[in-house]
Amino acid sequence: MTSPEMKSLSSPNQTCVVIGASHAGVSFAFALRKEGWQGGIVLIDQDPDLPYHRPPLSKSYLANPGNGLSLLKAQESYEKEQIQLKLGIKVTTLDRESKALRLSDGNVLSYDKLVFATGARAWMPQLNGMEPGMPLFTLRNAGDMRRIQQRVGQSTSKRALIVGGGFIGLELAASFRKMGLAVAVMEREERVLSRVTAPELSSYFEKLHRSQGVEVLLGQEVKAIRPSKNGLQVSIMDNLSIEADLLVFGVGIRVNSELAEQTGLDATGGIAVDGQCRTADKHIYAIGDCTLHYNPYYERHLRLESVQNAVDQAKTAAAALMGKPEVYDALPWFWSDQYDLKLQMVGLSQGYDHSVLRREGEHSFSLWYFKEGRLLAVDAVNVPKAYVWGTKYLKERTALDSEKVGDPTIDYSSFAFSPTPHLNLPK
Amino acid sequence: MAKITFIASNGSSKIAEGFGGSLMELAVSHGIQGIDGDCGGVCSCATCHVHVAPGDMEKTGPASDIEKDMLELADGADEFSRLCCQIQVSDALDGIQLRVAK
Repeated sequence: MTSPEMKSLSSPNQTCVVIGASHAGVSFAFALRKEGWQGGIVLIDQDPDLPYHRPPLSKSYLANPGNGLSLLKAQESYEKEQIQLKLGIKVTTLDRESKALRLSDGNVLSYDKLVFATGARAWMPQLNGMEPGMPLFTLRNAGDMRRIQQRVGQSTSKRALIVGGGFIGLELAASFRKMGLAVAVMEREERVLSRVTAPELSSYFEKLHRSQGVEVLLGQEVKAIRPSKNGLQVSIMDNLSIEADLLVFGVGIRVNSELAEQTGLDATGGIAVDGQCRTADKHIYAIGDCTLHYNPYYERHLRLESVQNAVDQAKTAAAALMGKPEVYDALPWFWSDQYDLKLQMVGLSQGYDHSVLRREGEHSFSLWYFKEGRLLAVDAVNVPKAYVWGTKYLKERTALDSEKVGDPTIDYSSFAFSPTPHLNLPK
Repeated sequence: MAKITFIASNGSSKIAEGFGGSLMELAVSHGIQGIDGDCGGVCSCATCHVHVAPGDMEKTGPASDIEKDMLELADGADEFSRLCCQIQVSDALDGIQLRVAK
């Protein structure tokens, strides 16, 4: 390609600045270099740590402090690809007119292309009695994790309260149990994981955590917090109270979209991007957790918090920026590890009207979600085969016979309605 | 210590010296192209797919059942395929060759 636009894109004098150096930003920087960008690439992040995998924060890192963080890329890889890291630095203002950023270290940085990979931050609700210095935590980055580990080390009664029975809350509960703490998980809804899974799965996870000694409090909310000898006294509903050395909130996030919003970009419910991760400003892209984008599988706009979305949008944006538009149409997938259990999820189950449970054993089963007969998603507990076949069926948009899905004597490869002539192609 | 040879899809090879951790972590820390390890090494993404040199399969052992299932999602998987996050570096692996899957 030799269009003038392409030539200017590949100029060594141009700079692409990426705000946010987690999975999306780092993947993007390397993908852009691979696509042939010859100019400068600058990655900025408030987090002072060399970019690392975040999902293990609530899982393996927390319970094994000695192991350190797994890096997304080795330090030398950034040097080799000439990707400049500005860590521990915040972008304070953006001027789209002059294409410049002001940084917390006082410097002004000009860009030719800008990428928002700003992600989200954990949300801490404001509660009665909250005071600075109380052992209250959220978990989103390595600094948060170290503060939690330090508090656990200092605590006397070794009792943790987790508010929020979503993935973060439950993963934290499993890690805290592994660290030898007494743990209570409080959830406002009547079941755990209510936002993301069917009741069967919620009930399985509730029982699992109870069997591991976690106290699970459902339909409960914090009323007030008071300091106490060991840490906190937390009043909940029905005039009950809980003593804890520390309280960790896992009750959701807020998108880091202020910078985009302040400059007039559409950021309601996430930074709005098109199928190539472009914002309304042709010099600005957005990728990862912070974006609101259209998903062709589910025919609606979504904001996803996942490594898959971060990595796939990074690749799409890098290609688009280099003039190779490929529409983002990746299938969402997620995972969660709690105790010795492996949960793998593919697709999005929201809006399902029918679910089928396929049981392989007491601790191995899968849930298949349908809407108007069409497969929407599969959650697999300790059955990677179900996850793999679910992925294939979703990608190929195969129409499945849900009776076959629920029959454990029928092989995963044989769920399609028979005969399906257009799918009976030899491998 | 084990010396591991990674052969990238463009044919270039690189020797990495490892003392512990997984082969995926070793590959990432040496900037081996094509080994991403998106899930951080918990056998959930199939982005660390390698083909073990046939003569070295004895040293690495075969893929586990979970790994075999996940390899179904990887392109071009064969009987020498492994997800290298599932292989721990040890002296016993010294000298093996791994071809990064395309």
